[in-house]
Amino acid sequence: MSKKAENWESSWQKKAEDWLRDGSDALDHAMISDMTESPAVPPEDVPETADLFEAKVHEDQVKEEVIYQKLHEHSVTKGRKHIRILYSVLALLTCFIIISSLLHVVLYMPVFGSPESPVVNEVSRRYIEDGLRETGAVNIVAGMILDYRAFDTLGESTVLFIASCAVMILLRRDHRKDGALEKGSLPVDYDIHYEPHYDPILQKSAAFLVPVILLFGIYVVLNGHLSPGGGFSGGAILGAALMLFRMSFGMKSTRRFFTYKTFSTVVFLALLFYASAKSYVFYTGGNGLESHIPLGTPGAILSSGLILPLDICVGAIVSCTMYTFFALFRRGEV
Amino acid sequence: MTFLAWVLLGFLIVCALSVTLTKNLLASVIILMAYSLVMSVIWILLQSPDLAITEAAVGAGITSVLFFVTLKKIHAIDEERKDQDEQKS
Repeated sequence: MSKKAENWESSWQKKAEDWLRDGSDALDHAMISDMTESPAVPPEDVPETADLFEAKVHEDQVKEEVIYQKLHEHSVTKGRKHIRILYSVLALLTCFIIISSLLHVVLYMPVFGSPESPVVNEVSRRYIEDGLRETGAVNIVAGMILDYRAFDTLGESTVLFIASCAVMILLRRDHRKDGALEKGSLPVDYDIHYEPHYDPILQKSAAFLVPVILLFGIYVVLNGHLSPGGGFSGGAILGAALMLFRMSFGMKSTRRFFTYKTFSTVVFLALLFYASAKSYVFYTGGNGLESHIPLGTPGAILSSGLILPLDICVGAIVSCTMYTFFALFRRGEV
Repeated sequence: MTFLAWVLLGFLIVCALSVTLTKNLLASVIILMAYSLVMSVIWILLQSPDLAITEAAVGAGITSVLFFVTLKKIHAIDEERKDQDEQKS
């Protein structure tokens, strides 16, 4: 500590600090000399009058103002210029270092699609070779995400549920217990101006399109283990259909079949079923017990064990969440 | 096939740049939609139809709809229309 204090005046840190502050020391000296420069009033002829005292105070104030002016000018022109140069140089340097290190790392990555790359290991080989026999799913991706890695998918569904809860907390209009709105919140028809103007073109085309989109979404969900698709994409399609319906026919018609209660019941039951089914599988698998879930013949619609019900669960969660997002963003009500 | 892939990749880069460079918020959301659509075609070329379906549904559909709703909520679309009307008159 003492050593540091001794060498501090001549050390490079001190110099760097001085440079950063742009030689504020010199300015300090100038200020001090300015302050002390004023000729001390000889003590013998100090008439202890208020006038003289006030004059002295005024003089000091003027001096102070001049010093502040100087300081301000200094910080505006010289100091700021130095800091700006230093800032841009450091920013450029940081960017350059980050970019060059990232590019350097890229040099060591394996060539795209080369057999030596670590992506091609025994795990993926096992999925590809034994996936059909072990999970019974013709679509290998569904077998992976809903059987081998079902825990991941459970986490994703839970994240979606929590996100929709957070959006609800943030955007829902506040209600009292009897259903009336809180005093501070906006009225229900506050932005009714933005509700659909019951456009006939939109309504006719939606009446034709919504059933088709719903059918396609259900097909994608139910055929997740046979063809490309699955719970997440099918659920997104179903949610898009619900959004289109809401956009063209308004809130009243969707409220007939979709309220907060529907949302919470469907999502809760789906998550509960998912968690309990996978707990059963993990328990039997981890303890070497025989699981009593039939795999069925690959290719049939009722096959591949738990993948089909889990697909339906994920689809329900995703579609409800997407629609709830949209409705809350739109009006603050489902 | 390779030629098509190159064209699509070039389109992707153009889209990504123009999303950031357009001043109009509505236009940039629509360009983002186009980006997602082209991306889903590229997923099919890379032989992953699962991702293509999800990208088309989520990227081009739901994300853009949420963006539109948000723009409406913050009155960004109305403001632009008003500006255009003022310029015309």
